[in-house]
Amino acid sequence: MILDAKIPEGPLEKKWTSFKNNAKLISPANKRKFKVIVVGTGLAGSSASATLAELGYQVETFCFHDSPRRAHSIAAQGGINAAKNYQNDGDSIWRLFYDTIKGGDFRAREANVYRLAEVSGNIIDQCVSQGVPFAREYGGQLTNRSFGGAQVSRTFYAKGQTGQQLLLGAYSALSAQIGLGRVTMRENSEMLDLVLVDGHAKGIVTRNLITGEISTHAADTVLLCTGGYSNVYYLSTNARGSNVTATWRAHKRGAAFANPCYTQIHPTCIPVAGDYQSKLTLMSESLRNDGRVWVPKKKGDTRLPQDIPEEERDYYLERKYPSYGNLAPRDIASRSAKEVCDEGRGVGPGGLGVYLDFSAAIARLGEKTIRERYGNLFEMYGNITGESAYERPMRIYPAVHYTMGGLWVDYNLMSTIPGLHVLGEANFSDHGANRLGASALMQGLSDGYFVIPNTLGEYLSTQFGKKVSTDMPEFKKTEEEVRARVEKLLAVKGTVPVDEFHRELGLIIWNECGMARSESGLKKAIADVRALRERFWKEVAIPGTGTELNQSLERAGRVADFLEFGELMCIDALTREESCGGHFRVEHQTADGEALRHDDKFAEVYAWMFQGEGNDPKLVREELKYEAVHLATRSYK
Amino acid sequence: MSTMNFHLRLWKQKSASDQGKFIEIHATEIPSECSFLEMLDIVNNRLTKEGKEPVSFASDCREGICGTCHMVINGVPQGPGRGAACQVYMRKFTNGQTITVEPFRAGAFPIVKDLVVNRSAYDRIIRSGGFITEHTGGAPDASAILIPKPVADAAMDAAACIGCGACAAACPNSSAMLFVGAKVTHLGLLPQGQGERKKRARSMVRTMQEEGFGNCSNYYACEAVCPAGVKADVISMLNREYVRGELSVAVGAID
Ligand SMILES: Cc1cc2nc3c(=O)[nH]c(=O)nc-3n(C[C@H](O)[C@H](O)[C@H](O)COP(=O)(O)OP(=O)(O)OC[C@H]3O[C@@H](n4cnc5c(N)ncnc54)[C@H](O)[C@@H]3O)c2cc1C
Ligand code: SF4
Ligand code: FES
Repeated sequence: MILDAKIPEGPLEKKWTSFKNNAKLISPANKRKFKVIVVGTGLAGSSASATLAELGYQVETFCFHDSPRRAHSIAAQGGINAAKNYQNDGDSIWRLFYDTIKGGDFRAREANVYRLAEVSGNIIDQCVSQGVPFAREYGGQLTNRSFGGAQVSRTFYAKGQTGQQLLLGAYSALSAQIGLGRVTMRENSEMLDLVLVDGHAKGIVTRNLITGEISTHAADTVLLCTGGYSNVYYLSTNARGSNVTATWRAHKRGAAFANPCYTQIHPTCIPVAGDYQSKLTLMSESLRNDGRVWVPKKKGDTRLPQDIPEEERDYYLERKYPSYGNLAPRDIASRSAKEVCDEGRGVGPGGLGVYLDFSAAIARLGEKTIRERYGNLFEMYGNITGESAYERPMRIYPAVHYTMGGLWVDYNLMSTIPGLHVLGEANFSDHGANRLGASALMQGLSDGYFVIPNTLGEYLSTQFGKKVSTDMPEFKKTEEEVRARVEKLLAVKGTVPVDEFHRELGLIIWNECGMARSESGLKKAIADVRALRERFWKEVAIPGTGTELNQSLERAGRVADFLEFGELMCIDALTREESCGGHFRVEHQTADGEALRHDDKFAEVYAWMFQGEGNDPKLVREELKYEAVHLATRSYK
Repeated sequence: MSTMNFHLRLWKQKSASDQGKFIEIHATEIPSECSFLEMLDIVNNRLTKEGKEPVSFASDCREGICGTCHMVINGVPQGPGRGAACQVYMRKFTNGQTITVEPFRAGAFPIVKDLVVNRSAYDRIIRSGGFITEHTGGAPDASAILIPKPVADAAMDAAACIGCGACAAACPNSSAMLFVGAKVTHLGLLPQGQGERKKRARSMVRTMQEEGFGNCSNYYACEAVCPAGVKADVISMLNREYVRGELSVAVGAID
């Protein structure tokens, strides 16, 4: 198999325009005849559903949440990037493009990233006109803040609730279309499989989480907007329900999974406090605008932070990366935190924490300003830890946050299964081996509002007269397979709660495929995941039945998929014999401990094809051609 | 790490049509640092190990923003303190305390199972007018509209609503006015929201009534429990907007 990214001809800056000038159009009369299934109502799914319905397509949208507004995007705190250059600080589309490519450690596709930077400004226009209350200056202009990996201020925000406000904007557009009858909304519906007809994605099988009813749905094309897989680590900053099921099921039906080992560990989260913990809480990167990260110079220093004099503190990010300082990109900031903790200089319980100190900013700007900028984050921190960050530094530690890997897509956002499109965090697209802060929201909305409405015609224009219906044997067969799988889970009748398997899986993956990865560790992890998977299918306890709300059953299905997916992640990490971005192989580092890439061999996307149960997956590569940028060693010094 | 013990009374109910009842559980050795929902996780995993059915409750983000969690803890929708149920921590309780956990009780939120209720009525209210009609692609440059900071901030405060339903659950009349008022205020304060302003309040209030929510008689129980800190002022704004809408209809300015 050859992966054809379908990148338009022409110079980088002209590709998107020339694509649009030559794209296949579907007339308004014909749009009405095409039906689109959208799975997911996060930024990607809501924006796509609303926009496609406005264009006249028949849209049927699914989410497992009880309301489309509760998708995990709602939890994003910090902000969204756009190359508006309202601050007149030298920003441009090119700079946003370059920062994103560089931030991704030169492992993303140039053409996609450039398009993303190009439409970033339209996203802000669109959101403002929907009523998103972005932060403003007294005169009424939009204001910006800085995020990691950039030396300009291009991040738009709405207090610490940017994701909430952007999602509510997209949700309101979606709601308007539902109200008009142009979108059929199916909440509480979990997609458990993809239906292929003649090798094309033509429908899905869902289970209604309230009634347990399993049903099939047909369409002309399917859009997966189902988010990322951070919860393979059990503990992450993602919402509890986030999972890999939709993309994993599609993978098992033939969609290539790209770069699964590219995961992002966010440097500023509240440290783990005990094994009862169900999730980790992010403290937004925006805090690094005003907070300074430090640890004591001395090992095992147990003094209170206020008792440690200035000269005995190591502001290690400012020391190691003077030009970016506390705003070094996430992978670098996380690894540095791990380093100082491994050296025994960590703070707090177990020595797994570093300080994020606001005292200098409070002295400079006053507590009121800091409260205005970060009040809700400080409150959240106080609530969880019982400590006030106005009085003493926060304690933070890295935690899993985002997954750059995902289903492989071409320039049109179509996967290796014809008709299956993948948007948002669920695809592998734009962030390479490390995502810069405030660019996931940008990508989700870019995919949904501006990309897919233009690229969908490429596929649909080939589908005239190819209507399918749920009466076809392909639908019946897939439905039966889903039913059998649910029954198999219920038949295990073991004694171990699902959470225990999930937590154990998370520990394996965190230890061996987390911030530092090694050949021996990854091999061990693969064996451990297999053994755990076997135990799961013998011992998992799922009380209750399949014909009612059964949360153990829901979680068991998701964990079963994570137990398969975790293995692929480790295989990918083992095969990529280099370090890049969030993927740090201990065997491949520079003398001062920075990631060492091997561009001669690995300037490629690794896309994995499923080869049947029990068989090794097959690797297919897409070469990354850099025409506009120079492959450089990333430096933030 | 220190642990605590609690006497729990948890609501069990198979479905909307079933009779529900409390089950009593002695929850021992609960880490004092854990959250309320983590305490319920521990209890549920213990029930599962004993071969019993766990108690269903909804949650997702567990940081107070998605609005998925919803329950009444010791008589208070979303529990003690500011924030949603997922932001309640066990250190707020005393060792040995009895804690009663029930579902939201409001006619417009039928019970699904145990502590889970159906709040889709709130989505239907939004669908009837809680938006600015703006099709993708037609927007002017974002800097074309200047919105003074105080206006933007006030809109943001109202927009912070997480759609959890606690306001209606707390209200003796099961009124959803805080929720509706929050949206009407958010959009009504912004210049972009002016076009549909009069229609919006009318149709959202009409849908609210059709869904079976009551009217506001100024108890302010909603404001007291709102996890997003939405202020009852939004209800006065809603009333004004509604009256303006009705007047416009009366003079034939809108249909
Ligand atoms: C705490 C936190 C803070 C963040 N802050 C920022 C930030 O400041 N800036 C930034 O740019 N990014 C941020 N991110 C990242 C960003 O929020 C996400 O990457 C992005 O919102 C993902 O959007 P999405 O639309 O792809 O998916 P999601 O929002 O995750 O939506 C997934 C949707 O798919 C549905 N779904 C999933 N599986 C199924 C299934 N099997 N069947 C049916 N439905 C399904 C769900 O119901 C949901 O509707 C943050 C992430 C976290 C965790
Ligand atoms: S107004 Fe407050 S209580 Fe009511 S739904 Fe919104 S957040 Fe919940
Ligand atoms: S679980 Fe999201 S608000 Fe409580």
